[in-house]
Amino acid sequence: MTVPTAPSASTPAAALQGAAAGDRIFRALLTLAALAIPVLLGFLVYELVQGSELAIQRYGFRFLTTSTWDPVTDEFGALPLIFGTLLSSFLALLIAVPLSLGVAIFITEFAPSAIRRPIAFIVELLAAIPSVVYGLWGIFVLIPFLRTTVFTFLKGTFGFLPFFQGPVYGQSMLAAGIILAIMVMPYIMSVTREVLAVVPASQREAAMALGATRWEAAWTAVVPYARSGIVGAVILGLGRALGETMAVTMLIGNRHEIAASLFAPGYTMAAAIANEFSEASTDMHLAALSYVALVLFGVTVIVNALARVLIWRVSKGRQSGGAGL
Amino acid sequence: MSRTLISAGLALAAITAPGTAQSLTGAGATFPNPIYGKWFDEYAKKTGVKINYQSIGSGGGIRQFTEGTVDFGATDGPMTPDQMNAVQGKVLHIPAVMGADVLTYNLAAVGTAQLKFDGPAIADIFLGKITKWNDRRIAGLNPGVKLPDQDIIVVHRSDGSGTTYIWTDYLSKVSPEWKEKVGNAQSVNWPVGLGGKGNEGVTQTVKQTDGALGYVELIYAISNKLAYAHVKNGAGNIIAPSLASVTAAAASAKFPANTDFRVSITNAPGADSYPIASFTWLLVSPDSKDPAKAKALKTFLEWMVTDEAQQMAAVLHYAPLPKPVVALVKERLKTLKAAGKPIA
Repeated sequence: MTVPTAPSASTPAAALQGAAAGDRIFRALLTLAALAIPVLLGFLVYELVQGSELAIQRYGFRFLTTSTWDPVTDEFGALPLIFGTLLSSFLALLIAVPLSLGVAIFITEFAPSAIRRPIAFIVELLAAIPSVVYGLWGIFVLIPFLRTTVFTFLKGTFGFLPFFQGPVYGQSMLAAGIILAIMVMPYIMSVTREVLAVVPASQREAAMALGATRWEAAWTAVVPYARSGIVGAVILGLGRALGETMAVTMLIGNRHEIAASLFAPGYTMAAAIANEFSEASTDMHLAALSYVALVLFGVTVIVNALARVLIWRVSKGRQSGGAGL
Repeated sequence: MSRTLISAGLALAAITAPGTAQSLTGAGATFPNPIYGKWFDEYAKKTGVKINYQSIGSGGGIRQFTEGTVDFGATDGPMTPDQMNAVQGKVLHIPAVMGADVLTYNLAAVGTAQLKFDGPAIADIFLGKITKWNDRRIAGLNPGVKLPDQDIIVVHRSDGSGTTYIWTDYLSKVSPEWKEKVGNAQSVNWPVGLGGKGNEGVTQTVKQTDGALGYVELIYAISNKLAYAHVKNGAGNIIAPSLASVTAAAASAKFPANTDFRVSITNAPGADSYPIASFTWLLVSPDSKDPAKAKALKTFLEWMVTDEAQQMAAVLHYAPLPKPVVALVKERLKTLKAAGKPIA
């Protein structure tokens, strides 16, 4: 038997070397792909800072604390926008979190298996509706409905609170919060459902063995186990609410003003950018809008960082497992 | 293979260079987009010249024109002196058609009665100084209509738009206080009111809110059969907004002999002029670098002011240019140059 002399590729060592080269290429490609994201992010921030330079030089941090927005005299302050963004998202979570938690617990713990899938499917379908459709539906259906029912009820019953005073126009902070709640609900619900579904059955069985009812088992054994995952789901919803533009601008009334009443119109950062960017003709107006975008970016980063800390705390302060979620 | 392609390309370039370009690009105002789309479509069918137009907004149109990334721009508000300086004054505003704003309202108490307003009253409503429907200044203009003691809810556009430019231009002319406190632009700092996104946002808010009033484009009001107010013009006549009264406003406007058409026609003189109207302009370079494109653009602009093209505008509810303005535009187009030479 003759030993093949020439092609080194056929020797085991060389084959390994070839594979190593392939590995290296693959590794390089993946590294490149992974690096693309931070580079893109860096570029985005650079562009935003570049674009808003004029406004940053003129206003500095005063931009964040003043309320005048006057494109004619080039006087800009973003406080009402920041306030509106945070408040509308907060309202959205206030409504959406209990609702989605309830739906998720119902689907995973209580619903007969025949209706689990249909309900989950329908809720997730809500996520696929374009936001402009939500906006139009909001103007044509939701606002007339809210004005004659929910808003009049709130005003009549809780009218002594400053949040429910003043004229009811329809377009308002509250209407925006409600449409946002409907829009973020599918995200929170669907992630929460996944998280609850992977809670080990032993957790439930143990609670029931101790004499807990199904509800007690769900609330004291299953939900706490999935806590950090649920917080993550809420953060996902919050991120979506902070950045939502089209539906909000159609329902919020678009007024650069901070009002205590939830019936009063407001404005958000994303809505202002979408509304004014295309027709902004002066350089300062454009720079101010870029600055708003930069602030929105900053707010998103801060909120996400806080959320990370929250998840970390929640998962650390717990004795039982499930930290991986 | 690639060599033949290159030489073919060179040959093609040699053939087309001195002639007329086969495609043009433009960008700008959204308000005239429907008629521009119609014109460019018809023009391509007639001549084979394709014109790509992006309706990115007037501000974007002016920027892209200034940067030279498009062959022409389009805007609803004329360029400001600063913007003119940015191009060293090398820009011509060519009026294309006219648009107008109407005051639409919803007041159940008056039923279908036709309400009338004058400029100062509208300005004071939008300044928040007139807050009730039965204010004596509104009542004085509407004898015989029983106006309720009800709050006026003001609705304005929240997005920057040419509609707002026309509206605030008019209010600045009829109210010194408006001019000083608010001013005139595509978006302003509104003293009162709710912001609706787009014509449909304003319209829906007005329709759903008893006691609301707001402004929308004439075209939008006509095609959606909205109730809209008649307005007292500079001559003291109450005028219903219509294509004819808008064209009349442009016809009565005074143009200097060498006008660059940056003329506001709000509150125009003339007995039949509807006072809240404006041109919308195409921005072209008076002396462009590319002779082929300059020629193609000039030929299109000449076609645009023909009766044929202007009648297409009327079908879409844009007011056609009046004859004297068309004559002035034709004169002005003759002065267009390319690379320093008149365009053949």
